[in-house]
Amino acid sequence: MHLTPETTQELTMLREAVYRAARDKIAPLAASIDESGEFNRDVEALCWDLGLLTLALPPEFGGLEKNRGTALCIAVEEISRFCASSALLLIIQAVGSFPIVHGICPEIRDRVLSRIRDNRELVAYLVTEPSGGSDVAAIKTTATRDGNEYVISGAKCFATNGGVASLYSVLARTSREEGHMGLSFFLVERDRPGLQVGRKENKLGQRGSNTTEVFLDEVRVPAVNLLGEEGRGFRLAMKDFDMSRPAIAAQALGIAQGAFETMVKYSTERQAFGKFIAEHQMIQAILADSGMLIEASRGLVYRAAALHDEGKRNTKIASMAKCLASDAAMKITTDAVQVLGGYGYTKDFQVERMFRDAKLTQIFEGTNQIQRIVIAREILNEVGFTI
Amino acid sequence: MILETVHRIAVRELAPKAAELDETAGFPHAAVTAFAENGILNPLLPAQYGGVDLSLLTFSMILEEIARACASSALLLIAQADGMLPILHGGSESLKEKYLRRLADDSRQLTALAATEPSAGSDVVSMRTKAVRKGDRHIVNGQKCFITNGSVADFFVLYAYTDASKGARGISAFVVEKGFPGLVYGKNENKMGMRGSINSELFFEDMEVPAENLVGVEGGGFVNLMKTLAMSRLFCASQAVGIAQGALNEAMAYAGERVQFAKPIAALAPIQFMVADMAAAVESSRLLTHKAAHLFDEGKAESASTFAAMAKFTASDTAMRVTTDAVQILGGYGYMKDYPVERMMRDAKLTQIYTGTNQIMRLIAGRDLLLSR
Repeated sequence: MHLTPETTQELTMLREAVYRAARDKIAPLAASIDESGEFNRDVEALCWDLGLLTLALPPEFGGLEKNRGTALCIAVEEISRFCASSALLLIIQAVGSFPIVHGICPEIRDRVLSRIRDNRELVAYLVTEPSGGSDVAAIKTTATRDGNEYVISGAKCFATNGGVASLYSVLARTSREEGHMGLSFFLVERDRPGLQVGRKENKLGQRGSNTTEVFLDEVRVPAVNLLGEEGRGFRLAMKDFDMSRPAIAAQALGIAQGAFETMVKYSTERQAFGKFIAEHQMIQAILADSGMLIEASRGLVYRAAALHDEGKRNTKIASMAKCLASDAAMKITTDAVQVLGGYGYTKDFQVERMFRDAKLTQIFEGTNQIQRIVIAREILNEVGFTI
Repeated sequence: MILETVHRIAVRELAPKAAELDETAGFPHAAVTAFAENGILNPLLPAQYGGVDLSLLTFSMILEEIARACASSALLLIAQADGMLPILHGGSESLKEKYLRRLADDSRQLTALAATEPSAGSDVVSMRTKAVRKGDRHIVNGQKCFITNGSVADFFVLYAYTDASKGARGISAFVVEKGFPGLVYGKNENKMGMRGSINSELFFEDMEVPAENLVGVEGGGFVNLMKTLAMSRLFCASQAVGIAQGALNEAMAYAGERVQFAKPIAALAPIQFMVADMAAAVESSRLLTHKAAHLFDEGKAESASTFAAMAKFTASDTAMRVTTDAVQILGGYGYMKDYPVERMMRDAKLTQIYTGTNQIMRLIAGRDLLLSR
């Protein structure tokens, strides 16, 4: 990040604006969004109004001139303090748009990107399949060239925004080649015949985000809908991760921060054994550990985002941020429920929701087991040891 | 033999209904029926009152077996024991005859223990509920919260101050029956997990309790409560071991079936390490829990209490970590309600909190170890 006075001021203003909107408009809805498990259109409209769903697009379509990765993390963090589901909307919009922004062919670029901005359309990212989660190279969905078209068939699952998006970035196999060399991204519009949204998942947390199956049965798209070069889809996905992992880390950071604020406040209000529980050293230790982890997470998140914005390789730091921040969020939310005791376990307080929301951050965008493998590979690469 | 019966009930009756029970936050009627029909709704009830008089070690194993399938159903048995033990430990012979008899054989009567209040959780002596003697009865005013089985119990043991100036020595225990005038039921809590158990608010508005329903002597309530809680920690530990074992079983089964990178994930070292840590933690927690149970059975109450506290925080911390890791091993699928591990993770969290938070458990164990010899 180029920390000129203008950019810091711009980002500070963004943080302020998102924080206020999240606190005043989203926070009051968070519990009911979770309880109903329904996607909230008011929150979506608010995010469009604030320009948060075009953040990652090129400047002429509503994106920022620079520091897009950092801006995304800031917005995600501030919203996640109050409602992780709502923040996930932003992340997926950015993740889904990434292959389009970076891979779309010039003939249709302006049409598609202005469509997103003007019609306020959501983009979903269709990569995961029932048999291939962490193992992206195992993708079975195929795209076969037929004249001026590609014919795409396969089943995708756990697609965030799957049921509410109108555009999809779909990763499919374009050659018989094994592994990740034969994969390509395609832009698929929802109204293409053969595309069907399957059932909505009933999740432990982040219940306000819409997660569905999407089935593609001989869906025909024009050849111009190929995003990037044929066979380069895996690389595009990996580049997408360099942006999305800091954003997931920012979501975890925001969840942790929200839980932390709640436990600190509660500990200064609740009394036991004749004093505030904040005065008990056992509780102080929890507050101290939580605070430490949050600051460490924050440092990694914004370093990963800054490297991305500067166009520098950030794979290692992005994975470190994702892994540390999500493990921290899980620990801190678990401890927040503990500090609130029996009350924390009821739905009258928000920490139990944060606890459920946090768990997903350890799993998606590459499980933390995968992150550790990525981090180790990067570390070993630095000393010339190739795996 | 008894464990085989319990296993059969858990697998056939409880496991298939666990998800629905959780989703609808219902009451485990099926569990009550199954336990009652097999005479194990109150496994600790002495033979002289018509019970099966099982050891604490056996009860611990029963709770584990049930919790593997459905933690809420295990909590039902724990609430039963918590409501029965104070009478057994401190009640007069006539009080025992009157109330313990009601739990005999295939009885379906439910009990509970009511101590927690909004401002008195871990810190029991901060309770505000008061009982004032008036002729041949006590008049009780106050409120309780989070009481497991509270609104469904046929009778329960209530703790209240009979003399607030005496601190812990001013607390007394009473047996309260459903239908006593002045007993008012509040809301049942909407909880994150253990949703198949009922946790209620109870209000006492000039509630009248006959004098003979005093458990033991006036002012004997705190000691009586501590005796039950010491055992209840063992029950909670047993339940936690069961939740952890259930989640471990799910994770291992999934790891053997799920193929990633061309082989079952069970063949991947990071998964093997996780499962090894999980299994080691479950086994150690179980051994510690069994040791605590054995000490109770041997009549070594003091060291049993220390070990029960250690077992409680060890087993519940294990349950929290193992269930969290089980969801991790199942990945995206684990996060969905189609698999039971997310429920187990929500259930596990309560075991770190109830019957004394793990912070209190460490305090008890630490003080026992450092200051009481």
